Amino acid sequence: MSQLESTAQPLSDAERARFLTALGAILAGESLLHDAEELRPYECDGLSAYRTLPLAVALPATLEQLQATLKICHQMQIPVVARGAGTGLSGGALPHSEGLLLSLAKFNQILEIDQANLSARVQPGVRNLAISEAVAHLDLYYAPDPSSQIACSIGGNVAENSGGVHCLKYGLTLHNVMEVNIVTIEGELITLGGASLDSPGYDLLAAIVGSEGLLGIIVEVRVKLIPKPATIQVLLAAFNQLNDAGSAVAAIIAAGIIPAGLELMDKLSLQAAEDFVHAGYPTDAAAILLCELDGAEAEVGQQVEEVRQLLQMHGANEVRLARDEQERQQFWKGRKAAFPAVGRLAPDYYCMDGTIPRSRLSEVLEKMAQLSEQYQLPVANVFHAGDGNLHPLILYDANNDGELEKAEQFGGDILELCVAVGGTITGEHGVGIEKINQMCVQFNNLELLQFHALKAAFDPSGLLNPGKAVPTLHRCAEFGAMHVHHGELPFPDLPRF
Amino acid sequence: MPDNDLSSALQTALQTAQRKQTPLNLAGGGSKAFYGRLRSGQTLDINAHRGVVNYAPEELVITVRSGTPLARIEALLADRQQMLPFEPPHFGTTASIGGTIACGLSGPARPYRGAVRDHLLGCRIINGKGEQLKFGGEVMKNVAGYDVSRLMVGAQGTLGLLLEVSIKVLPMPKQNLTLCLEQNEDEALQTFSRLANQPLPLSAASHYQGVSYLRLSGSEAGVAAASAAIGGEELDNAAHFWQQECEQKHDFYANQEQPLWRLSLPPASAPLALPEQYLSWGGAQRWLRGDHDAALLRQLAQQHGGHAELFRGDSREADNLPPLKPGLFKLHQQVKHAFDPQGILNPGRLYQKI
Ligand SMILES: Cc1cc2nc3c(=O)[nH]c(=O)nc-3n(C[C@H](O)[C@H](O)[C@H](O)COP(=O)(O)OP(=O)(O)OC[C@H]3O[C@@H](n4cnc5c(N)ncnc54)[C@H](O)[C@@H]3O)c2cc1C
Repeated sequence: MSQLESTAQPLSDAERARFLTALGAILAGESLLHDAEELRPYECDGLSAYRTLPLAVALPATLEQLQATLKICHQMQIPVVARGAGTGLSGGALPHSEGLLLSLAKFNQILEIDQANLSARVQPGVRNLAISEAVAHLDLYYAPDPSSQIACSIGGNVAENSGGVHCLKYGLTLHNVMEVNIVTIEGELITLGGASLDSPGYDLLAAIVGSEGLLGIIVEVRVKLIPKPATIQVLLAAFNQLNDAGSAVAAIIAAGIIPAGLELMDKLSLQAAEDFVHAGYPTDAAAILLCELDGAEAEVGQQVEEVRQLLQMHGANEVRLARDEQERQQFWKGRKAAFPAVGRLAPDYYCMDGTIPRSRLSEVLEKMAQLSEQYQLPVANVFHAGDGNLHPLILYDANNDGELEKAEQFGGDILELCVAVGGTITGEHGVGIEKINQMCVQFNNLELLQFHALKAAFDPSGLLNPGKAVPTLHRCAEFGAMHVHHGELPFPDLPRF
Repeated sequence: MPDNDLSSALQTALQTAQRKQTPLNLAGGGSKAFYGRLRSGQTLDINAHRGVVNYAPEELVITVRSGTPLARIEALLADRQQMLPFEPPHFGTTASIGGTIACGLSGPARPYRGAVRDHLLGCRIINGKGEQLKFGGEVMKNVAGYDVSRLMVGAQGTLGLLLEVSIKVLPMPKQNLTLCLEQNEDEALQTFSRLANQPLPLSAASHYQGVSYLRLSGSEAGVAAASAAIGGEELDNAAHFWQQECEQKHDFYANQEQPLWRLSLPPASAPLALPEQYLSWGGAQRWLRGDHDAALLRQLAQQHGGHAELFRGDSREADNLPPLKPGLFKLHQQVKHAFDPQGILNPGRLYQKI
């Protein structure tokens, strides 16, 4: 397991008491937690294999409280880890044992809905889905829709640059956020971006999106709203060969069609989903493809026929069009429940998140099957196929000695495979603590140093979420020494980029 | 000019400049030399560093060296019925892709298809320390490390010399059609906002001298349905019209000696009590000619939640961009320092003190 590296010295009892007293002066009773029992619910995020109790949990309710809290941490050099809803899958919100966990749960208000300008101003603790629900009566919505959207917070989405099944056409969080207010570790409030389509100076908004809580605390977000499409249709295609499904994806994109969603599930995951939620998937298929098309009615009708033909040309043995909204929801229900569904197949699963060029899909799948054989661990595959984002789910049992380590090694190999074919170790879940070692494979020392320099521009004292997202060179040196077995890099047969 | 990979030569030049602390003026095609503040420093010509490194139409991505002419890239994409989604202005035949990304200017489709920054997937740069670095890549989704690539957009070369850029491209719409409606400015802004609230295939919306211009792009069926719903007169030779707008060739812009102000506002902001303006981006951009009191314009823009920029103008001693609040400005200086500690890259181009 990746260990959290830290330079923070353990606090003495007296320092700890002083810290809690200082916070207590700002935060009322239930807004400051420090008993082990109270801290327990915060010990991990969605990557539950990693657990640590923080020094304390702060739940400020106002901007002033939050700023004052950060100033104290800055003064006393206490690390700060921000937490939204804690659904992150890379351990980004894993507490620091000598640090404060800063929960944004009480920042849960929608501040303004500006229909004329198609934007909404919200606090970071607002749930992703709550935004779309709040503007549904205006026939508007917020486009990025992570599968966790009923639970995850918009602050967490910004910090991770989260995606969803519809980001192929409508973009990631980055493309749908206009303005973010941050508070720096020194307690200063700074606005990045704006209510207009651009703002003067550097695009620091782009730096904050996906910064995993390392650059600043997100305290307000202006999101872009878009009109609900007039018509939505979804096609379900079944394939006897996983590779055929892959080429069908390429063919659809090559035909100049950008579907609203284009998702692929392999046999193991579609069967698990079917058993779990009875979505009506053909369980004898090797893979299914879900293709959603939206737009004006006439346009969608035309595209449905085009896509149907392409799917059939590329070996689909069955193509179904959802007859109504209910069936459309049914098709998606299986996909959206894929993680928990696969979770029922084994005591534990480990979700990976690499992205690859679509053209390398079959090659990567083949290698992954070999690795599964080699590690003797099954893997189920769910893809955001349209943009090449893979979610291999490795099944294991943490109660079996060494199996977690084996699963992690398998996962690491998959990520390095993604890098080797010209892709990346993470498409949307972030690096956190989980993929910190693989960052050493994707970036060289100078690039990592540039990241650290950018971090220092925002957070010179290095107190925000230390040890996450960007590894130290020291860590990479150790990882490299351990990793190059017998003088051989992984996948020596693949050309390197 | 032939294709050339001048990465190492450029790197050596930057290393030397860094050692000798020589400020550099990074120069692409020169088409946007008018933009930003005065150029200073020793000129480093990037123009010859050109060529297409990779174009994968089925992956919707193209990677090119920064000196590659914009026109050549657009022609290559057009051969495969693809395009740069942000419809960048050229402002001259020599425009390079590097300058286009560095200036971060987007054309009429901006509100509907996104800006330059939305489509930059990755880049290779040389920072002010003379180090060659690669960020992002050619895949659509990538959250490993901070998004340094997008930080380069609009930085006007003050954070790094762009060597290579990877850009997301899109299929060209099968059909484009422009409708004209006779409206005053107030009606135009209301129309733009009303239409933007509906699922319509809008791809540009402008208003000038009593006429609103609405471009629809998409499938034949989709465009026909939307056009029937909106009404108005179809514009002949519409492609030319939008190209003229993008390149600032309309009559409105004819006198290039005059200062040109750009007000970037929330699109539905009420009409401004200012002389005649050209409205584009569905009301989010308001162009204004002539001599105006900078402070007053800035204040007005700010009241509406936007900002005012001197886009073309002869007095470039002061900052063209509005001043940043102290906290944000300090952050800018620190970010600049993180990439270019000695301040050798296009010093003073973006802001006097950056
Ligand atoms: C079942 C399931 C399905 C999922 N599906 C998807 C999916 O489809 N697409 C996808 O992209 N992700 C998905 N995720 C991952 C996760 O939901 C997203 O990463 C989400 O954005 C995290 O939001 P959160 O509020 O839970 O953040 P947390 O988990 O609380 O935090 C995530 C990171 O953001 C930082 N952070 C949180 N709030 C702030 C703030 N206000 N300021 C600064 N930093 C902050 C934290 O420090 C941490 O580093 C899924 C997770 C689960 C459990």
